[in-house]
Amino acid sequence: MTRPDVVVTGLGATTPLGGDVASTWDAMLAGRSGVSALTQEWAEQLPVRIAAQLAVEPSEVLDRVRLRRLDRSEAIALIAAQQAWADAGLAGSDLDGERLAVSVGSGIGGATTLLAQDDILEASGPRRVSPHTIPMLMPNGPAAWVGLELGAKAGVHSVASACATGSEAIALGLDIIRSGRADVVVAGGTEAVIHALPIAGFSSMRAMSTRNDDPERASRPWDRGRDGFVLGEGAGILVLERAEHAAARGARVYARLAGAGITSDAYDIVQPHAEGEGAIRAIAKAIADADVAKRDIVHVNAHATSTPVGDMLEIGGLHKALGDHPVLSATKSMTGHLLGAAGALESIATILAIRDSVVPPTINLDDPEPGLTLDVAAHKARHMEIPAALNNAFGFGGHNVALVFARP
Amino acid sequence: MTRDEITTGLAEILEEVAGVNPDDVAEGKSFTDDLDVDSLSMVEVVVAAEEKFGVKIPDNEVQNLKTVGDAVSYIAAQS
Repeated sequence: MTRPDVVVTGLGATTPLGGDVASTWDAMLAGRSGVSALTQEWAEQLPVRIAAQLAVEPSEVLDRVRLRRLDRSEAIALIAAQQAWADAGLAGSDLDGERLAVSVGSGIGGATTLLAQDDILEASGPRRVSPHTIPMLMPNGPAAWVGLELGAKAGVHSVASACATGSEAIALGLDIIRSGRADVVVAGGTEAVIHALPIAGFSSMRAMSTRNDDPERASRPWDRGRDGFVLGEGAGILVLERAEHAAARGARVYARLAGAGITSDAYDIVQPHAEGEGAIRAIAKAIADADVAKRDIVHVNAHATSTPVGDMLEIGGLHKALGDHPVLSATKSMTGHLLGAAGALESIATILAIRDSVVPPTINLDDPEPGLTLDVAAHKARHMEIPAALNNAFGFGGHNVALVFARP
Repeated sequence: MTRDEITTGLAEILEEVAGVNPDDVAEGKSFTDDLDVDSLSMVEVVVAAEEKFGVKIPDNEVQNLKTVGDAVSYIAAQS
Protein backbone atom coordinates (compact mmCIF):
# COMPACT_ATOMS: atom_id res chain seq x y z
CA MET A 1 0.00 0.00 0.00
CA THR A 2 1.42 3.39 -0.92
CA ARG A 3 1.60 6.07 1.70
CA PRO A 4 -1.20 8.63 1.34
CA ASP A 5 -0.35 12.25 0.71
CA VAL A 6 -1.54 14.70 3.35
CA VAL A 7 -2.63 18.22 2.49
CA VAL A 8 -3.65 21.34 4.40
CA THR A 9 -7.17 22.45 3.55
CA GLY A 10 -8.04 24.87 6.34
CA LEU A 11 -6.31 27.43 8.56
CA GLY A 12 -7.42 29.27 11.68
CA ALA A 13 -5.68 31.52 14.16
CA THR A 14 -6.10 34.19 16.76
CA THR A 15 -2.84 35.95 17.54
CA PRO A 16 -1.23 39.13 18.83
CA LEU A 17 -1.36 40.42 15.25
CA GLY A 18 -4.98 39.70 14.44
CA GLY A 19 -8.14 37.82 15.29
CA ASP A 20 -7.88 35.58 12.24
CA VAL A 21 -5.40 34.21 9.70
CA ALA A 22 -5.88 36.94 7.09
CA SER A 23 -5.31 39.85 9.46
CA THR A 24 -2.37 38.07 11.10
CA TRP A 25 -0.72 37.35 7.76
CA ASP A 26 -1.27 40.92 6.50
CA ALA A 27 0.34 42.29 9.66
CA MET A 28 3.27 39.90 9.31
CA LEU A 29 3.93 40.89 5.73
CA ALA A 30 3.78 44.54 6.80
CA GLY A 31 6.33 43.87 9.53
CA ARG A 32 4.13 44.93 12.42
CA SER A 33 4.97 44.08 16.02
CA GLY A 34 2.31 42.61 18.29
CA VAL A 35 4.29 43.34 21.44
CA SER A 36 3.10 45.96 23.90
CA ALA A 37 3.51 47.05 27.50
CA LEU A 38 1.70 45.13 30.22
CA THR A 39 -0.31 47.83 31.96
CA GLN A 40 -2.14 45.46 34.33
CA GLU A 41 -1.60 46.02 38.02
CA TRP A 42 -0.18 42.53 38.54
CA ALA A 43 2.67 43.32 36.16
CA GLU A 44 3.99 46.28 38.12
CA GLN A 45 6.39 44.27 40.29
CA LEU A 46 7.69 42.04 37.51
CA PRO A 47 11.12 42.36 35.92
CA VAL A 48 9.38 41.79 32.55
CA ARG A 49 6.47 44.11 31.77
CA ILE A 50 5.93 43.46 28.04
CA ALA A 51 4.11 40.73 26.13
CA ALA A 52 2.40 39.98 22.83
CA GLN A 53 -1.26 39.96 23.84
CA LEU A 54 -4.18 38.86 21.70
CA ALA A 55 -5.36 41.44 19.18
CA VAL A 56 -8.97 40.30 19.62
CA GLU A 57 -10.29 39.24 23.02
CA PRO A 58 -12.16 35.90 23.10
CA SER A 59 -15.13 37.75 24.65
CA GLU A 60 -15.62 39.48 21.30
CA VAL A 61 -16.15 36.09 19.65
CA LEU A 62 -17.64 33.66 22.18
CA ASP A 63 -20.61 34.35 24.42
CA ARG A 64 -20.23 35.03 28.13
CA VAL A 65 -21.80 31.82 29.39
CA ARG A 66 -19.59 29.72 27.14
CA LEU A 67 -16.47 31.53 28.32
CA ARG A 68 -17.33 30.83 31.99
CA ARG A 69 -16.35 27.22 31.50
CA LEU A 70 -13.35 27.68 29.22
CA ASP A 71 -9.78 28.46 30.13
CA ARG A 72 -8.44 31.21 27.89
CA SER A 73 -6.25 28.63 26.10
CA GLU A 74 -9.35 26.52 25.43
CA ALA A 75 -11.41 29.47 24.23
CA ILE A 76 -8.84 30.54 21.65
CA ALA A 77 -8.25 26.97 20.49
CA LEU A 78 -12.00 26.71 19.86
CA ILE A 79 -12.06 30.03 18.02
CA ALA A 80 -9.13 29.07 15.78
CA ALA A 81 -10.59 25.60 15.18
CA GLN A 82 -13.96 27.01 14.16
CA GLN A 83 -12.20 29.30 11.69
CA ALA A 84 -10.10 26.48 10.25
CA TRP A 85 -13.12 24.21 9.99
CA ALA A 86 -15.12 26.84 8.08
CA ASP A 87 -12.06 27.73 5.98
CA ALA A 88 -11.78 24.07 4.92
CA GLY A 89 -15.38 24.15 3.77
CA LEU A 90 -16.32 21.57 6.39
CA ALA A 91 -18.84 23.62 8.38
CA GLY A 92 -22.18 21.89 8.05
CA SER A 93 -20.64 18.98 6.15
CA ASP A 94 -21.63 15.36 6.66
CA LEU A 95 -18.09 14.22 7.44
CA ASP A 96 -18.13 10.94 9.37
CA GLY A 97 -17.03 11.72 12.94
CA GLU A 98 -15.31 8.33 13.13
CA ARG A 99 -12.91 9.54 10.40
CA LEU A 100 -12.14 12.82 12.19
CA ALA A 101 -9.42 13.19 14.84
CA VAL A 102 -8.06 16.13 16.81
CA SER A 103 -4.46 16.81 17.79
CA VAL A 104 -4.20 20.07 19.70
CA GLY A 105 -1.66 20.73 22.40
CA SER A 106 -0.58 23.38 24.81
CA GLY A 107 2.84 24.00 26.33
CA ILE A 108 1.67 24.97 29.79
CA GLY A 109 -2.10 24.40 29.86
CA GLY A 110 -4.72 26.04 32.04
CA ALA A 111 -2.31 27.80 34.38
CA THR A 112 -4.35 30.99 34.69
CA THR A 113 -7.40 28.96 35.74
CA LEU A 114 -5.30 27.12 38.31
CA LEU A 115 -4.02 30.37 39.76
CA ALA A 116 -7.40 32.13 39.74
CA GLN A 117 -9.15 29.20 41.44
CA ASP A 118 -6.35 28.94 43.98
CA ASP A 119 -6.99 32.59 44.84
CA ILE A 120 -10.68 31.71 45.36
CA LEU A 121 -9.76 28.68 47.48
CA GLU A 122 -7.55 30.80 49.72
CA ALA A 123 -10.00 33.68 50.00
CA SER A 124 -13.38 31.92 50.18
CA GLY A 125 -12.82 28.22 50.81
CA PRO A 126 -13.24 25.03 48.80
CA ARG A 127 -17.00 25.29 48.19
CA ARG A 128 -16.46 28.44 46.15
CA VAL A 129 -14.01 26.73 43.76
CA SER A 130 -15.69 26.45 40.36
CA PRO A 131 -16.94 23.00 39.33
CA HIS A 132 -15.45 23.81 35.92
CA THR A 133 -11.93 24.06 37.37
CA ILE A 134 -10.70 20.61 36.34
CA PRO A 135 -11.95 20.62 32.72
CA MET A 136 -10.54 24.15 32.43
CA LEU A 137 -7.05 23.33 33.63
CA MET A 138 -6.58 19.80 32.33
CA PRO A 139 -3.93 19.79 29.59
CA ASN A 140 -6.17 17.87 27.19
CA GLY A 141 -8.92 20.48 27.64
CA PRO A 142 -8.31 22.44 24.41
CA ALA A 143 -8.21 19.27 22.28
CA ALA A 144 -11.28 17.88 24.02
CA TRP A 145 -13.32 21.05 23.47
CA VAL A 146 -12.35 21.16 19.80
CA GLY A 147 -13.27 17.50 19.43
CA LEU A 148 -16.61 18.11 21.11
CA GLU A 149 -17.35 21.13 18.95
CA LEU A 150 -16.56 19.33 15.68
CA GLY A 151 -17.81 15.86 16.59
CA ALA A 152 -14.44 14.10 16.34
CA LYS A 153 -14.73 10.41 17.20
CA ALA A 154 -11.47 9.01 15.83
CA GLY A 155 -9.46 10.16 18.85
CA VAL A 156 -8.64 13.43 20.54
CA HIS A 157 -4.95 13.89 21.32
CA SER A 158 -3.04 16.47 23.30
CA VAL A 159 0.67 16.58 22.70
CA ALA A 160 2.79 18.46 25.23
CA SER A 161 6.38 19.22 24.26
CA ALA A 162 6.79 22.79 25.51
CA CYS A 163 7.62 25.16 22.66
CA ALA A 164 7.60 22.34 20.10
CA THR A 165 4.01 21.38 20.96
CA GLY A 166 2.21 22.97 18.01
CA SER A 167 4.56 21.37 15.50
CA GLU A 168 4.52 18.00 17.19
CA ALA A 169 0.71 18.06 17.24
CA ILE A 170 0.78 18.61 13.47
CA ALA A 171 3.34 15.81 13.05
CA LEU A 172 1.03 13.51 15.01
CA GLY A 173 -1.81 14.50 12.70
CA LEU A 174 0.33 13.49 9.73
CA ASP A 175 0.97 10.09 11.31
CA ILE A 176 -2.72 9.57 12.07
CA ILE A 177 -3.72 10.14 8.45
CA ARG A 178 -0.83 8.14 7.02
CA SER A 179 -1.69 5.20 9.25
CA GLY A 180 -5.29 5.31 8.09
CA ARG A 181 -6.85 6.11 11.47
CA ALA A 182 -8.62 9.23 10.14
CA ASP A 183 -9.21 11.15 6.91
CA VAL A 184 -9.19 14.56 8.56
CA VAL A 185 -7.22 15.80 11.57
CA VAL A 186 -7.70 19.19 13.18
CA ALA A 187 -4.21 19.93 14.48
CA GLY A 188 -2.33 22.74 16.14
CA GLY A 189 -1.47 24.46 19.38
CA THR A 190 -2.76 27.00 21.86
CA GLU A 191 -1.29 29.02 24.69
CA ALA A 192 -2.53 31.73 27.01
CA VAL A 193 -0.33 32.19 30.06
CA ILE A 194 0.39 35.91 30.14
CA HIS A 195 0.24 36.04 33.91
CA ALA A 196 2.60 36.98 36.73
CA LEU A 197 3.69 33.45 37.68
CA PRO A 198 4.74 32.11 34.25
CA ILE A 199 6.45 35.42 33.52
CA ALA A 200 8.26 35.32 36.86
CA GLY A 201 9.29 31.72 36.21
CA PHE A 202 10.66 32.33 32.73
CA SER A 203 12.34 35.51 33.83
CA SER A 204 13.99 33.74 36.76
CA MET A 205 15.55 31.52 34.11
CA ARG A 206 16.84 34.74 32.53
CA ALA A 207 15.11 33.63 29.33
CA MET A 208 12.99 36.75 28.71
CA SER A 209 13.72 40.14 27.25
CA THR A 210 13.61 42.98 29.76
CA ARG A 211 13.44 45.70 27.12
CA ASN A 212 10.41 47.12 28.94
CA ASP A 213 10.85 50.64 27.61
CA ASP A 214 10.73 49.58 23.96
CA PRO A 215 8.23 46.70 23.56
CA GLU A 216 8.02 46.63 19.77
CA ARG A 217 11.78 46.25 19.49
CA ALA A 218 12.17 43.66 22.25
CA SER A 219 11.85 40.51 20.12
CA ARG A 220 14.88 40.62 17.84
CA PRO A 221 16.09 37.19 16.74
CA TRP A 222 19.71 37.02 15.48
CA ASP A 223 20.30 40.67 16.37
CA ARG A 224 23.32 41.34 18.57
CA GLY A 225 21.15 43.37 20.92
CA ARG A 226 18.70 40.50 21.66
CA ASP A 227 18.22 39.73 25.34
CA GLY A 228 15.59 36.99 25.48
CA PHE A 229 12.16 36.04 24.20
CA VAL A 230 8.90 37.95 24.52
CA LEU A 231 5.95 35.92 25.77
CA GLY A 232 3.00 35.79 23.39
CA GLU A 233 -0.44 34.22 23.48
CA GLY A 234 -2.63 32.78 20.75
CA ALA A 235 -3.75 29.69 18.90
CA GLY A 236 -3.07 28.26 15.46
CA ILE A 237 -5.05 25.40 13.95
CA LEU A 238 -4.67 23.50 10.66
CA VAL A 239 -7.08 21.15 8.97
CA LEU A 240 -4.99 18.25 7.68
CA GLU A 241 -6.61 15.92 5.21
CA ARG A 242 -5.84 12.83 3.19
CA ALA A 243 -5.15 14.26 -0.27
CA GLU A 244 -7.59 11.92 -2.02
CA HIS A 245 -10.30 12.79 0.48
CA ALA A 246 -9.74 16.50 -0.13
CA ALA A 247 -9.79 16.00 -3.90
CA ALA A 248 -12.98 13.94 -3.76
CA ARG A 249 -14.88 16.76 -2.07
CA GLY A 250 -13.26 19.43 -4.25
CA ALA A 251 -11.52 21.14 -1.34
CA ARG A 252 -9.13 24.03 -1.85
CA VAL A 253 -5.59 22.90 -0.95
CA TYR A 254 -3.09 25.34 0.58
CA ALA A 255 -0.07 23.06 0.62
CA ARG A 256 1.11 19.53 1.14
CA LEU A 257 2.38 18.53 4.57
CA ALA A 258 5.21 16.61 2.99
CA GLY A 259 7.11 15.34 5.98
CA ALA A 260 8.01 15.57 9.65
CA GLY A 261 11.08 14.86 11.73
CA ILE A 262 10.96 14.45 15.51
CA THR A 263 13.98 13.91 17.73
CA SER A 264 14.94 14.38 21.36
CA ASP A 265 18.29 15.60 22.64
CA ALA A 266 18.81 13.43 25.74
CA TYR A 267 21.19 16.19 26.77
CA ASP A 268 19.72 18.71 29.22
CA ILE A 269 16.27 19.59 30.51
CA VAL A 270 16.39 23.14 29.17
CA GLN A 271 19.68 23.79 27.36
CA PRO A 272 19.79 22.84 23.68
CA HIS A 273 22.58 20.52 22.68
CA ALA A 274 25.76 22.55 22.22
CA GLU A 275 26.16 21.59 18.55
CA GLY A 276 22.43 21.52 17.84
CA GLU A 277 22.76 17.80 17.20
CA GLY A 278 19.12 16.95 17.91
CA ALA A 279 17.87 19.80 15.75
CA ILE A 280 20.07 18.74 12.84
CA ARG A 281 18.75 15.19 13.04
CA ALA A 282 15.15 16.44 13.15
CA ILE A 283 15.64 18.57 10.03
CA ALA A 284 17.40 15.72 8.21
CA LYS A 285 14.62 13.30 9.13
CA ALA A 286 11.93 15.72 7.98
CA ILE A 287 13.64 16.20 4.63
CA ALA A 288 14.08 12.45 4.16
CA ASP A 289 10.48 11.84 5.20
CA ALA A 290 9.21 14.50 2.80
CA ASP A 291 11.04 13.11 -0.20
CA VAL A 292 11.67 16.69 -1.30
CA ALA A 293 15.02 17.80 -2.75
CA LYS A 294 17.03 19.99 -0.38
CA ARG A 295 17.48 22.59 -3.09
CA ASP A 296 13.68 23.00 -3.30
CA ILE A 297 13.48 23.97 0.37
CA VAL A 298 14.28 27.61 -0.22
CA HIS A 299 12.63 29.09 2.89
CA VAL A 300 12.80 28.31 6.60
CA ASN A 301 10.52 29.70 9.28
CA ALA A 302 13.05 29.32 12.07
CA HIS A 303 12.39 28.66 15.74
CA ALA A 304 14.58 31.73 16.53
CA THR A 305 13.09 33.03 19.78
CA SER A 306 15.49 35.96 20.37
CA THR A 307 17.48 34.20 23.09
CA PRO A 308 21.24 34.68 23.11
CA VAL A 309 22.20 30.99 22.74
CA GLY A 310 19.39 29.26 20.85
CA ASP A 311 19.21 31.57 17.85
CA MET A 312 22.75 30.94 16.67
CA LEU A 313 22.71 27.21 17.39
CA GLU A 314 19.82 26.89 14.98
CA ILE A 315 21.79 28.70 12.27
CA GLY A 316 24.60 26.17 12.63
CA GLY A 317 22.10 23.33 12.46
CA LEU A 318 20.40 24.68 9.35
CA HIS A 319 23.77 25.08 7.65
CA LYS A 320 24.67 21.48 8.33
CA ALA A 321 21.27 19.97 7.55
CA LEU A 322 20.15 22.09 4.63
CA GLY A 323 23.06 24.07 3.18
CA ASP A 324 23.47 27.78 2.62
CA HIS A 325 20.68 28.54 0.15
CA PRO A 326 17.44 28.99 2.19
CA VAL A 327 16.05 32.41 3.03
CA LEU A 328 15.10 32.56 6.69
CA SER A 329 12.42 34.29 8.64
CA ALA A 330 11.85 34.64 12.38
CA THR A 331 8.24 35.65 12.67
CA LYS A 332 8.56 35.64 16.47
CA SER A 333 10.15 39.06 15.95
CA MET A 334 6.55 40.20 15.36
CA THR A 335 4.34 37.73 17.25
CA GLY A 336 6.49 37.09 20.30
CA HIS A 337 6.86 33.50 21.43
CA LEU A 338 3.55 31.66 21.62
CA LEU A 339 5.17 28.65 23.33
CA GLY A 340 2.87 25.66 22.62
CA ALA A 341 1.14 27.52 19.81
CA ALA A 342 4.35 28.77 18.17
CA GLY A 343 4.93 25.78 15.89
CA ALA A 344 1.33 25.89 14.70
CA LEU A 345 1.24 29.61 14.01
CA GLU A 346 4.61 29.41 12.27
CA SER A 347 3.40 26.46 10.20
CA ILE A 348 0.57 28.68 9.03
CA ALA A 349 3.09 31.40 8.11
CA THR A 350 5.19 28.80 6.26
CA ILE A 351 2.18 27.55 4.32
CA LEU A 352 1.10 31.06 3.34
CA ALA A 353 4.67 31.91 2.33
CA ILE A 354 4.52 29.01 -0.13
CA ARG A 355 1.06 30.00 -1.38
CA ASP A 356 1.85 33.68 -1.84
CA SER A 357 5.49 33.26 -2.93
CA VAL A 358 6.72 35.60 -0.22
CA VAL A 359 9.05 35.28 2.75
CA PRO A 360 7.73 37.26 5.73
CA PRO A 361 10.11 39.76 7.26
CA THR A 362 12.21 39.49 10.39
CA ILE A 363 11.87 42.83 12.12
CA ASN A 364 14.37 44.42 14.49
CA LEU A 365 17.33 42.74 12.82
CA ASP A 366 19.32 45.95 12.86
CA ASP A 367 22.72 44.59 13.84
CA PRO A 368 22.99 40.96 12.75
CA GLU A 369 25.25 38.55 14.59
CA PRO A 370 28.50 38.01 12.67
CA GLY A 371 27.70 34.28 12.70
CA LEU A 372 24.44 34.84 10.83
CA THR A 373 25.74 33.36 7.61
CA LEU A 374 22.36 32.51 6.13
CA ASP A 375 20.21 34.95 4.21
CA VAL A 376 17.37 36.52 6.22
CA ALA A 377 14.54 38.64 4.85
CA ALA A 378 15.31 41.44 7.29
CA HIS A 379 12.82 44.28 7.87
CA LYS A 380 10.91 43.71 4.63
CA ALA A 381 9.07 40.78 3.09
CA ARG A 382 10.79 39.24 0.08
CA HIS A 383 8.95 37.92 -2.96
CA MET A 384 10.32 34.69 -4.38
CA GLU A 385 9.12 31.32 -5.63
CA ILE A 386 8.90 28.80 -2.78
CA PRO A 387 8.39 25.20 -3.95
CA ALA A 388 8.92 23.90 -0.41
CA ALA A 389 9.71 25.28 3.04
CA LEU A 390 10.73 24.12 6.48
CA ASN A 391 9.38 25.03 9.89
CA ASN A 392 11.46 24.38 13.01
CA ALA A 393 10.29 24.18 16.60
CA PHE A 394 12.32 23.25 19.67
CA GLY A 395 11.14 22.90 23.25
CA PHE A 396 12.38 22.70 26.83
CA GLY A 397 12.86 19.03 27.51
CA GLY A 398 15.02 18.60 24.43
CA HIS A 399 12.20 18.30 21.88
CA ASN A 400 13.01 19.01 18.23
CA VAL A 401 10.38 19.02 15.51
CA ALA A 402 10.88 19.95 11.87
CA LEU A 403 8.05 20.05 9.34
CA VAL A 404 8.34 20.27 5.56
CA PHE A 405 5.51 21.86 3.60
CA ALA A 406 5.42 21.88 -0.20
CA ARG A 407 3.30 23.19 -3.01
CA PRO A 408 0.35 20.91 -3.64
CA MET B 1 -39.58 36.31 50.75
CA THR B 2 -42.49 35.30 48.53
CA ARG B 3 -42.26 32.34 46.19
CA ASP B 4 -42.27 34.76 43.26
CA GLU B 5 -39.34 36.68 44.68
CA ILE B 6 -37.37 33.47 45.12
CA THR B 7 -38.21 32.40 41.57
CA THR B 8 -37.01 35.75 40.26
CA GLY B 9 -33.79 35.41 42.25
CA LEU B 10 -33.22 31.91 40.86
CA ALA B 11 -33.87 33.20 37.35
CA GLU B 12 -31.12 35.78 37.80
CA ILE B 13 -28.71 33.08 38.93
CA LEU B 14 -29.68 30.77 36.09
CA GLU B 15 -29.11 33.53 33.56
CA GLU B 16 -25.71 34.41 35.00
CA VAL B 17 -24.48 30.83 35.34
CA ALA B 18 -26.08 29.00 32.44
CA GLY B 19 -27.44 31.64 30.09
CA VAL B 20 -31.06 30.62 30.74
CA ASN B 21 -33.63 33.16 29.55
CA PRO B 22 -35.35 34.51 32.71
CA ASP B 23 -38.71 34.34 30.90
CA ASP B 24 -38.34 30.55 30.72
CA VAL B 25 -37.94 30.14 34.47
CA ALA B 26 -41.14 29.02 36.18
CA GLU B 27 -41.93 26.72 39.10
CA GLY B 28 -42.98 23.83 36.89
CA LYS B 29 -39.76 23.76 34.87
CA SER B 30 -37.19 20.98 35.33
CA PHE B 31 -33.59 22.22 35.64
CA THR B 32 -32.16 19.50 33.43
CA ASP B 33 -34.99 18.63 31.04
CA ASP B 34 -36.51 22.06 30.43
CA LEU B 35 -33.76 24.56 31.21
CA ASP B 36 -30.76 22.53 29.99
CA VAL B 37 -28.76 23.03 33.18
CA ASP B 38 -26.04 20.37 33.31
CA SER B 39 -24.66 18.85 36.49
CA LEU B 40 -21.67 21.20 36.80
CA SER B 41 -23.80 24.28 36.24
CA MET B 42 -26.28 22.96 38.83
CA VAL B 43 -23.44 22.99 41.37
CA GLU B 44 -22.82 26.64 40.53
CA VAL B 45 -26.54 27.43 40.83
CA VAL B 46 -26.69 25.82 44.28
CA VAL B 47 -23.65 27.68 45.59
CA ALA B 48 -24.94 30.99 44.20
CA ALA B 49 -28.39 30.33 45.70
CA GLU B 50 -26.90 29.62 49.13
CA GLU B 51 -25.17 32.96 48.97
CA LYS B 52 -28.12 34.90 47.60
CA PHE B 53 -30.78 33.53 49.96
CA GLY B 54 -28.60 32.91 53.01
CA VAL B 55 -29.46 29.19 53.20
CA LYS B 56 -27.57 25.91 53.22
CA ILE B 57 -28.38 23.35 50.54
CA PRO B 58 -26.53 20.11 51.38
CA ASP B 59 -25.38 17.95 48.47
CA ASN B 60 -27.80 15.15 49.39
CA GLU B 61 -30.71 17.61 49.04
CA VAL B 62 -29.67 18.79 45.59
CA GLN B 63 -30.80 15.54 43.94
CA ASN B 64 -34.34 16.20 45.21
CA LEU B 65 -34.48 19.63 43.59
CA LYS B 66 -35.71 18.53 40.18
CA THR B 67 -37.77 21.60 39.34
CA VAL B 68 -37.56 25.30 40.01
CA GLY B 69 -40.60 24.83 42.28
CA ASP B 70 -38.71 22.21 44.35
CA ALA B 71 -35.88 24.69 44.87
CA VAL B 72 -38.28 27.51 45.72
CA SER B 73 -40.00 25.33 48.34
CA TYR B 74 -36.70 24.25 49.88
CA ILE B 75 -35.37 27.81 50.05
CA ALA B 76 -38.68 29.17 51.39
CA ALA B 77 -38.66 26.56 54.18
CA GLN B 78 -35.07 27.40 55.16
CA SER B 79 -35.15 31.15 55.05
